[in-house]
Amino acid sequence: MWESVIGLEIHVQLNTKSKIFSPASTNFGAPQNTQACAIDLGMPGVLPVLNEEAVIMAIKFGIAVGSEILDNSIFARKNYFYPDLPKGYQISQYEIPIVSGGAMEIIINGKSKIINLTRAHLEEDAGKSIHDLYPNESAIDLNRAGTPLIEIVSEPEMENAEEAVQYLKNIHSLVQYLGISDGNMQEGSFRCDANISLKKKGSTKLGTRAEIKNINSFKYVESAINHEIERQAVILDRGDSVVQETRLYDPSKDETRSMRSKVEANDYRYFPDPDLLPVSISQELIEEIKSNMPELPSAKKTRFINQYGLSEYDTIILVSDRELSEYFENILKDSDLNPKMTANWIITEVLALAKKNYLSVKDYPVSSEDLKYLLSNVANETISSKQAKDVFERMWDNKENPRDIIENEGMKQISDVGELNKIVDNIIKNNYKSVEEYQSGKDKLLGFFVGQVMKETQGQGNPKIINQLLKEKLKK
Amino acid sequence: MNKETIIKISDLAKIDIKDDQIDDILTSLEKILNLVDEMNSVNTDNVTPMSHPLNLKQELRKDIVGASDERELFQKNNKHIDNGYYIVPKIID
Repeated sequence: MWESVIGLEIHVQLNTKSKIFSPASTNFGAPQNTQACAIDLGMPGVLPVLNEEAVIMAIKFGIAVGSEILDNSIFARKNYFYPDLPKGYQISQYEIPIVSGGAMEIIINGKSKIINLTRAHLEEDAGKSIHDLYPNESAIDLNRAGTPLIEIVSEPEMENAEEAVQYLKNIHSLVQYLGISDGNMQEGSFRCDANISLKKKGSTKLGTRAEIKNINSFKYVESAINHEIERQAVILDRGDSVVQETRLYDPSKDETRSMRSKVEANDYRYFPDPDLLPVSISQELIEEIKSNMPELPSAKKTRFINQYGLSEYDTIILVSDRELSEYFENILKDSDLNPKMTANWIITEVLALAKKNYLSVKDYPVSSEDLKYLLSNVANETISSKQAKDVFERMWDNKENPRDIIENEGMKQISDVGELNKIVDNIIKNNYKSVEEYQSGKDKLLGFFVGQVMKETQGQGNPKIINQLLKEKLKK
Repeated sequence: MNKETIIKISDLAKIDIKDDQIDDILTSLEKILNLVDEMNSVNTDNVTPMSHPLNLKQELRKDIVGASDERELFQKNNKHIDNGYYIVPKIID
């Protein structure tokens, strides 16, 4: 009887070298407070000066999602009394954000849906509070304070967790394509708040919403949203009302719980920051950025389908990650490898090992060059795909060179029919019982025979020929 | 404007106001707000809201790292530090 309404606020750390308003470095993982300068600390008398690159990156994002880029956007002070931003306020944008409107398409089960964006604005990140170092005190590391963020705000147009996750994944992929963020969720470069409310089925009146803060993985977004929907439904079902509040998702308990009660929004008491002037963005700058835009995921998807004849399913997997799509294309470059076979290899073999070891493309132990060499040997039938899989695992696990393995070990596929004939005859002779069972209808035993021949050839037999020979010889 | 509003505003602004000061503050604030009301009577329909008194544009900075590590200097005057961290009362939601 309830319909859920979801809007997301996504915080994306921009990968500038220096902070949004100070020349301190944004490098991740430096010793605590060594990258927090007087401006980040909010010392008296300092003056924030806006980083040009952060502005350019925000514009890039705006262009990519078809937004309006606003001239004269304004920075505002958002009152925020926590020690991870020692000024007592966060510099953000309120009345006039740099990016207004725009849209992102999501595709679920082949169906397209447009999620509209409200806005995207520039702001500074807060530092980190660490609560488990001291029993009665919190430790503050301000290295992150002042790191540039864009906050991307969607309209409340998603209806379930699946749509929200798809939207999030698309934005994640987009910011990586644009090269404006590393999108590293573990390090907090990409995190989101979800606004969730329920309304009566068919009603246009939105219910009271709760906001779940700082979710930093796709899986958590999905479970956090599903839990929150269920929690609100229980409250509404028993006739009570949902309290507008901020909640925290706790992955260890898989539940959301109340954080500070978020009183009326005007408690932030935004006002224009007198330290910063309106930001002028010329049409020439916008045009210049437009002319240097990289190929975006949607365009690449269409190209992959047309150029390589891949299925939509395979294409979506390859294109979702810019580096993965480049890995794929590097293998195909200057080679006559079959794109479909190459895509299959990446999706089944490479991604399986990558997922097992939680590796992103730049950390793959097997270079695209080496995989190209391996696949060429499969394509010209020097080795079987079974052998190739074994070689690939050794390349991945021990960083072995495929040339060494294939050449030094004299690895080659046995495609000699005469040689295979002898082995097949032998196997049939020695397994007369299984032959009888096969001939009386137990077709499944073919796999057993193939296995025996493979064993005899130490995995080097050409499975296509073995299959053919066996089927012929096992006929009554 | 009433007493509760004064207390709420002072809480938000982290300003400690004694009970016997509230009436005085209320009277002064009301005077100020009356003046604001008077300004509000001016028709501003065709006026762009001013976000800064200087009619200038923001200068942008090149994205260059130019700050060195001055942690020791900043922490010299702070008693509440440990191992490079700033130490504050436990704040947890």
